[in-house]
This record gives sequence, C-alpha cells and structure tokens, in this order.
Amino acid sequence: MRESDIKMKRVYADEKWCLGCHLCEYNCAFANSGQDNMVRALKDKPIYPRIHVEENDNITYAVSCRHCEDPICVKSCISGALSKQDGVVKIDREKCIGCLTCILVCPYGALSQGEAGVVQKCELCLENACGAPACVAGCPNRALVYEERGEAE
Amino acid sequence: MKNFCIIGNGVAAAGCIEGIRSVDKTAKITVVSAENHAVYCRPLISYYLEGKTTLQKMHYRPDDFYEANGCICLYGRQAVKIDKEHSCVLLDDNTKVAYDSLCIATGSSPFVPPFAGLDTVANKFSFMTIDDTLALEKAITKDSKVFIIGAGLIGLKCAEGLAGRVSEITVCDLADRVLSSILDGDCAALMQKRLEQHGVQFMLGDSVEHFDGNHAAMKSGAAVDFDVLVLAVGVRPNTSLLKDAGGEVNRGIIVNDNMETSLEGIYAAGDCTEGNDISAGRKRVLAILPNAYMQGHCAGVNMAGGAAVFDNAIPMNSIGFFGLHAMTAGSYFTEEDGGELYEEREANSIKRLYMKDGVLTGYIMIGNVDRAGIYTALIREKTPLRDVKLDVLKKNPTLALFFPETCRKKLGGLI
Repeated sequence: MRESDIKMKRVYADEKWCLGCHLCEYNCAFANSGQDNMVRALKDKPIYPRIHVEENDNITYAVSCRHCEDPICVKSCISGALSKQDGVVKIDREKCIGCLTCILVCPYGALSQGEAGVVQKCELCLENACGAPACVAGCPNRALVYEERGEAE
Repeated sequence: MKNFCIIGNGVAAAGCIEGIRSVDKTAKITVVSAENHAVYCRPLISYYLEGKTTLQKMHYRPDDFYEANGCICLYGRQAVKIDKEHSCVLLDDNTKVAYDSLCIATGSSPFVPPFAGLDTVANKFSFMTIDDTLALEKAITKDSKVFIIGAGLIGLKCAEGLAGRVSEITVCDLADRVLSSILDGDCAALMQKRLEQHGVQFMLGDSVEHFDGNHAAMKSGAAVDFDVLVLAVGVRPNTSLLKDAGGEVNRGIIVNDNMETSLEGIYAAGDCTEGNDISAGRKRVLAILPNAYMQGHCAGVNMAGGAAVFDNAIPMNSIGFFGLHAMTAGSYFTEEDGGELYEEREANSIKRLYMKDGVLTGYIMIGNVDRAGIYTALIREKTPLRDVKLDVLKKNPTLALFFPETCRKKLGGLI
C-alpha cells in the first residue's frame, strides 16, 4: 500500500447494508488478539473490539475511530501515548496509563478500555498481522468499506 | 526570520512549539525552562510512584523533540522580567532573550498556607514536579506514615500512588468532602469509599492548627503523627511576569480566544491563564492538561502569523482511583440557577446530567464512563437539546442520540 493511500483512507459504515450482526466486533477483537485461532482467541471470553455496533431507530451501523484531521484525543492525552502519524491516530500502549482522558473527549465514543486497563482504539489493522481493516474484510454484507472520502463533519 | 520566545517548558509550551511549526518552519524558537527536564507528563507523577510508568516513558514527546523542531531550550533558567520596550525577556543569569512574539506558559505553583510550626517539619513535600516526586520517593519507606494536606486531585492521586509503598496514609481537607472542586457530596462519598477500601484514611472538614515536628494538632482537637508530610492544598497561577509588565491579571493571566494577553505581542497559555469557560459563560482558570495543549497550540499558530481560535474550553476531568473512574465536565447549575438535573444511580455508579437553557451544560459520571466524550462534545458544541433524542441521550452516550441524518453526517455520510 502506498503512503498516500494510508493517509486518506478510513473505515466507513453503510447503514443501508448493515445487518447489526456484530461480526465486525469479533473480527476486530481476533485481529488484535495476536493469536492465529479465532476460537481459541475469543470463545468464552469477554472480547475487546475497537469497533462497536450501535442502533438508531432500527438502523444499525458500526463506529470506529474517525482518524480526525484535528484529533482532540491526541491533544488531550496526558501521557503522550496518542499521536497522529501518516494520517493514522495511533496509541503507544506502553505509554498509556489508562487515565481515560481520551474517552472523556472523543466525540465519537471511539476509544475504549482494553483488557489490561490501558486504552485501545482502531489503528486500521496497520499495526497487526492483517495490514488492512479486518472489520471491513470480514463484513458479510459489505456494509463496511475502507476508502477515501475526505473529512467527516 | 521571526524570533519567538516561550517562557515555560510544560505541555502548553509543547503545544506552542507545535503550533508555531504548523505555520512557520524556520523561525527561531527559544524555550526558557525552569526545570532541568525535557517536557514531561506532570499528571503522571502519581503513576510513577505507583510503578505504572517510568521516568523515560513520562516524556511527553520523543527525545529529539526540541532538535526536530529547531528549538533552543535553556534548561534551569528562570525568566525574571519582561522588558516590553526592548521586546526581550531578562533571565536569572542576566542574559536576555529577544522576541518578536512571546508566549507565557509558566504554569502554576503549589500554594502553601502559613501553618503555625510548619518550619519544624523536616520531611515536607509538594507534589507537582518530577523533582518533588523523586524527593518524596526518597523520603518514604514501607513503614512511613504519610500525612497529606488536601483531598483534591493532587492530594488524592498522591495517596493512590503511595498506597502500596507506605504503612499509613491520612488525608485531611478543610472541605467536608473529597474532590470538592469537581464533585458534590454523594459522588465524592463514592470515591472516598473506594480510597478507604484501599487503606487511605480521611479527616474531612478539619485542618491543621499547628505543627510540632512530626506531630499535627488539628482544629477539631484530633492529632496526627506522621513521618512524611505532603502539602497539596492547591495551586496558584504564575502570573507575576505579565503583571509586572503591566498586563491584565485576575486570578490568572487574562487571555482572549486567540490566547492574546492585554499586552501586544504577548500570548499566554496553560495553567497560568484565565480564559473563557463556555459552559459557565465566564472567565476561569482551567488548569487541565488538554486546555494547556490546545491553548499553547492556538497561541503558537497566532504567534507565527496564522489564525487560530480556541473558543470552546470547558472544565473537564477524567480521574480514577483504584479502578473506579470518575468523569466530570462543564458546569453544574442548580434548580435555583435555572438548571435541570437528570440522575441515575446504582450501588457503585452515578450519572448526573445537568441541563440549562436547552443545552447540556455539565455531567458527572462515576463507574461506567464508556463513551463519555459524546456528552463532552455536546457541551463544547452547545448542541441544542431539541436537535437530539433526549430519551436516548439520557440512557447512554452513543451517536444514536442524534437523529439518523446527523449521525450519518458525523460518520462521514454515504458516497
């Protein structure tokens, strides 16, 4: 993938096609588990996805980090763990101390507490073995797309 | 080439450097740093005591930050005077730093009330800086009895940081509850309980009458024997440089939404300032890290000739003790002030939403704090409550509180 592609692409939900099946949450949790067997990684355990499905007037859609042009989470991070690099809002989980200030400020509700108490967020699967968003790849109805659209509102 | 000077080397200064560089890649930037440390995360000092971070990890920016941004950082230097006429800052070694624009980012200092007999206490510390923290760490042993004066954010984070490392911790405060600046009685009681479960003892509504060595006689008649004293009563903005130069100062340095002070060419950012709190509709000192960065960045952009505005500051805090998180934002108006309160509570959680004049003005959430930022954004953006689904809003912060069309727009819409 070219640098310019990484810079501009984001995950978008197309609620017209979203079934509300929550598979994106499972694919996300698995992709970021570092394991190679989905059953072993997720079965009978609480899962920690970085994308979540919401319902609004019988419409369902998935929400994950918007990788904002001017990310307030990065500006607010008290530990310097959040940064924006090449268009992607990244978290250094070694530096994060779990103060949750990013959760206090994110207007999308896109960051969450992970298993170890530190914060987790969508990094577009660029930091794990997938290399491209697993939620998009695994969406059975193509309700999630990974593409360039410019800035959201 | 322009010449910028930043007094202070905290997060507001880092924001200012990054703000300047977003506009001007070549200007000269001189940073006057009283502390002998590169910019670090001050609020992490309690996590350091707790062993959750290290001095290295506490660096706010990468090691090459100043070099990469072409800054000269003068460590261990204090600014003593701003010479407006000659546009330069006089330092404590009698050198001068000339400037075209100046940013004052001097932060705040611990306020120590004049307790009788305080000079007889050998082991006393403030809890603001890395150096304070290292000195405190040196003074404690697993048998230490620590007495902390002040049950605010600083005092209680200190208590949490020390909890596993000393034998006894007692915290006193003049207020009748903990975290009195951000929590009311019930909410404060919940946090206090969690701290007590981890061995922290409280003496609230009480203060020290006098010290005699390692002995404190309290106004109530009680007494506290201790080995180590931590003074965390409060902080005061460092405003004297601007005040002495004739600039407008109230509790903090008065700034407008461009981070300009009343003196031309002089900006200010961070804990030393008093800017607009849009949730309260008045000027306030908002000594919180996010505002420090955003003010610094705004000042930097404007110093470098760009056009930045920071006009949606509100008080907001995320603070946790032993796994119990509290988030607070905005202003809480009582019914007498025309406010309206919505509340949900369970054994270990509370949610309070404060509304007034058709907008959300503040909230307190303890326990479940997931996605609280959606509420924070409603306050910062003054979103009219008529434009959202109030019943959904009250239940949980989710994007579903917006009508579908708005929600779609926020998430990037369709092609």
